[in-house]
Amino acid sequence: MSDEQSLSKITKEREKWEKTTVPSWLRRNPERKGEFKTTSGINIKRLYTPEDVKNLDYLRDLGFPGQFPFTRSLHATMYRGRLWTMRQFSGFGTAEQTNKRFRYLLKEGETGLSVAFDYPTIMGRDSDDPMCNGEVGICGVAVSSLKDMEILFDGIPLDKVTTSMTINGPASMLLAMYIAIGDKQGVPRGKLGGTTQNDMLKEFYAQKLCIFPPKPSVKLVVDIIEYCAKHLPKWNPVSISGYHIREAGSNAVQELAFTLADGITYVESTLERGLKVDDFAPRLSFFFAAHNNFFEEIAKFRAARRLWAKIMKERFKAKDPRSLWMRMHVQTSGCTLTAQQPVNNVVRVALQSLAAVLGGTQSLHTNSLDETLALPSEEAVTVALRTQQIIAHESGVVDTVDPLSGSYCVEALTNEMEERAMDYINKIDDMGGVIAAIENGFLQKEIADSAYKYQQEIDNKERILVGVNDYTVEEDWVPLKILRIAPDVEAEQLARLQKVKRERNNARVKKVLDKLHGAADRDENLMPTIIEAVKSYATLGEITNVFRSVFGEYQELIVI
Amino acid sequence: MTNIEQLIDGVLKGDRRFIAKTITLIENDLPESQKTVSLLYPHTGKAHIVGITGPPGSGKSTLIQKLVEELRRQGKTVGVVAVDPSSPFTGGAFLGDRVRMQELSTDEGVFIRSMATRGSLGALAKATKDAVKVLDASGKDVVVVETVGAGQSEVEIVKLAHTIVVVLAPGLGDDIQAIKAGIMEIGDVFVVNKADRENVNKAIMDIETMLSMNPEREKWKPPVVKTTAIMGEGIIELLDKIDLHRKYLEGGTIDTRRRQTVETELVEAIKEKVAGAIVDDLKKKGILDKLVQKILEKETDPYSVADMLLAKRLKRLKPS
Amino acid sequence: MSSEKKIRVVVAKPGLNSHDRGAKIVARAFRDAGMEVIYTGLRQTPEQIVETALQEDVDVIALSILSGAHLALFPKIMELLERKGLDDVLVFAGGIIPKEDVPNLKKMGIAEVFGPGTRTDTLVKFIRENVRKRK
Repeated sequence: MSDEQSLSKITKEREKWEKTTVPSWLRRNPERKGEFKTTSGINIKRLYTPEDVKNLDYLRDLGFPGQFPFTRSLHATMYRGRLWTMRQFSGFGTAEQTNKRFRYLLKEGETGLSVAFDYPTIMGRDSDDPMCNGEVGICGVAVSSLKDMEILFDGIPLDKVTTSMTINGPASMLLAMYIAIGDKQGVPRGKLGGTTQNDMLKEFYAQKLCIFPPKPSVKLVVDIIEYCAKHLPKWNPVSISGYHIREAGSNAVQELAFTLADGITYVESTLERGLKVDDFAPRLSFFFAAHNNFFEEIAKFRAARRLWAKIMKERFKAKDPRSLWMRMHVQTSGCTLTAQQPVNNVVRVALQSLAAVLGGTQSLHTNSLDETLALPSEEAVTVALRTQQIIAHESGVVDTVDPLSGSYCVEALTNEMEERAMDYINKIDDMGGVIAAIENGFLQKEIADSAYKYQQEIDNKERILVGVNDYTVEEDWVPLKILRIAPDVEAEQLARLQKVKRERNNARVKKVLDKLHGAADRDENLMPTIIEAVKSYATLGEITNVFRSVFGEYQELIVI
Repeated sequence: MTNIEQLIDGVLKGDRRFIAKTITLIENDLPESQKTVSLLYPHTGKAHIVGITGPPGSGKSTLIQKLVEELRRQGKTVGVVAVDPSSPFTGGAFLGDRVRMQELSTDEGVFIRSMATRGSLGALAKATKDAVKVLDASGKDVVVVETVGAGQSEVEIVKLAHTIVVVLAPGLGDDIQAIKAGIMEIGDVFVVNKADRENVNKAIMDIETMLSMNPEREKWKPPVVKTTAIMGEGIIELLDKIDLHRKYLEGGTIDTRRRQTVETELVEAIKEKVAGAIVDDLKKKGILDKLVQKILEKETDPYSVADMLLAKRLKRLKPS
Repeated sequence: MSSEKKIRVVVAKPGLNSHDRGAKIVARAFRDAGMEVIYTGLRQTPEQIVETALQEDVDVIALSILSGAHLALFPKIMELLERKGLDDVLVFAGGIIPKEDVPNLKKMGIAEVFGPGTRTDTLVKFIRENVRKRK
């Protein structure tokens, strides 16, 4: 940045400043804390100067927007052209109710749908499974068979929308249902656009929604990546997610490192399948959290882009520039929201969103202020969406590309995030990769330790949470009505499932499930047979059971 | 308050609540505990006691889960005692082994109890032994004792079993070296779990090499069984080996073992009771402190004091 | 063994929900406070939770739930506890539970409901003050 002569002059002047100006000021105005640390434990200095970025080579480390290493952004003009996608995750109750909500959102101009499934669906269980009592349609929409999916997308042309599905264990089955609906609507498979989260690795150590053991789980992930590379060119087969890692309690460095380590594992596994890196890497996408520490978060997003581009180029020898792109979706951090004085959450979400936008995200979900109390109400969802619109249209931060670049502090933090993440990635590699690090409990332990440390900092008031351990009030003001799911949803859903099981051709279902069993035994790509199975109205639970019998069932390694 | 007779009656009927309460009584070493165990003693000795140990990461808990499931399929009732270490700093503990067996927790024919190591090794070994007796008296056909790790305390606890199963896994090769001192000598059946991993055969060879270096014990040659517990593979074979060992013991050796067990138990009891009484007496009279002071001042040493005390007591015990 | 009476706690996660960050933090805090903690793992049925409490003869059951299924699951747990004679066990809950549900839950015997932002030492204190007195 500066030549050596002027740098040594700066050093001299800085030392002088530390000996004269600083002490005389500190005598009268001591600092509030002995040290200032980010959530990852990175020490924040009093002042950043050109000395902190003296090794930064602009062209090598930052470059221009849309060019390697993409630190400044993926695209040449960023938000001056197209704003990020404002995608709000929704889904509740029966398929009819969610379909109504979807149609409303589309009428209001949304083009991207994002489906939240209920816990039974996420766990690959039918609504009539005894384990699911009380959970049907509560945290998302219930989908047990193609019938539910047909209702969910009734009247929605799949060639006109893109759909993001937050589904992991049964991702192949839900994608198969989506394809089946596309087929029925006469939409060519090449025109189906959207995303399946389909990131099983983070489930084993962060979100814990696992059905099968790690190896067959990764096999199913790769089946989808392979199938999409061949048949669904517009589909993002996997959204490699740090969000859940962060929500489970990790710090920013761990979130970054573990997510990229997962990404490396998927790339390696797909290469082992025999695909070429440039045939699938451009469709890999990422999903991060935006937490509280503003500069650390911005640095995280920038470091993530640079690090992934380097990994793809150097480690995997990708040639297609799009293979180097880290396209990311960001969601503001649910675990930072407080139940106390919930209106304050609007401000938290605004700051976190600003960090995501300054970090250059492609897509953003803003949380609702009432999420610590219940599922978000419609009013709260609206405020969350408006927050994004205010940043986009009123703040002016979108008018130039990567405006914080060149800040000594942000660049130094970006370097630090990258270095620390790389240390973790090397450590995981040395252990034998992510699956080994799951099986020996390393990742779980790292996250649990960070979560406990964070809680202790709050308990000890080393970390102030407004309204929680300081600035508290007797009675919280909650200006909203809490959303409640009508209790008859479960009964309605069960009735429909009964009807499906009664009316379908059960002999055909049995035949296709047997075929699926055979295909799983032979380690074939299961997507084609799963599509056949869902078209025969075999249920999610039935298909999952076939896989359970072949793959076994995952049992959580408890690391506290 | 529940009285001892009620507790005993409940345990003998196999009532789960009473079994649980009785084990708590033993764990907390409450005054009634000894009497309770004494009353249960005549009803023990029917269960086959299987000790399972091995280093962390060998997949013991899953193996035990599958083992218990298979025993249930064979119509046998099972008790499980899982021992986890207490924190030496806070005295608290995570009792985590049960997690893998939660599917079994609602099965009437299975009773699972987690115990923390709490105090001293001797005390733990005794409490575990007594908890096993409660499950034995309650009519369980098989009682499994699980310990995590493979240190000295684990060896000590697991010794109370009729059949000791040592679980290892490929890729833990270094650990095999490290633990051989204690565990390799006492294992009756060896398991190489996670047999779907690489290097299974190497692990088996390592174990066999190490076993061949052991001095020959009795006539039993410890078999090595391959399992992949998570897929339920090798479980039936393992149970066969355990059963074979039981039959071997019943063919004569079991009496020797039982004699040994009872002898150890008696010696421990004498140590606890007799030495305990002497120490309590010295404390009460304030003599202990004085003796400690004398040792500190190098006037005497612990062994001489003990000899002196023993001589005194023996004199007093002599019929006049 | 030591004649000190340890407080034994089951930390349980009923339902399908998998957010175990809170449950694990409190489990660790209880251990660090000298208690013996049995963590059940995820997705426990009411029957499993109650059987665990019974076999382990615990003093406390801490339930963590964030999925909204508490009104379906908690009554079953409380009913089973009573049927099995475990009505002296201290039961409390944490997670995402709407305030308006709290009076109902207390009526069925849940001693307290703790929302997000509760300090772990508040929970430890609550247990120490309210745990059943062992005979």
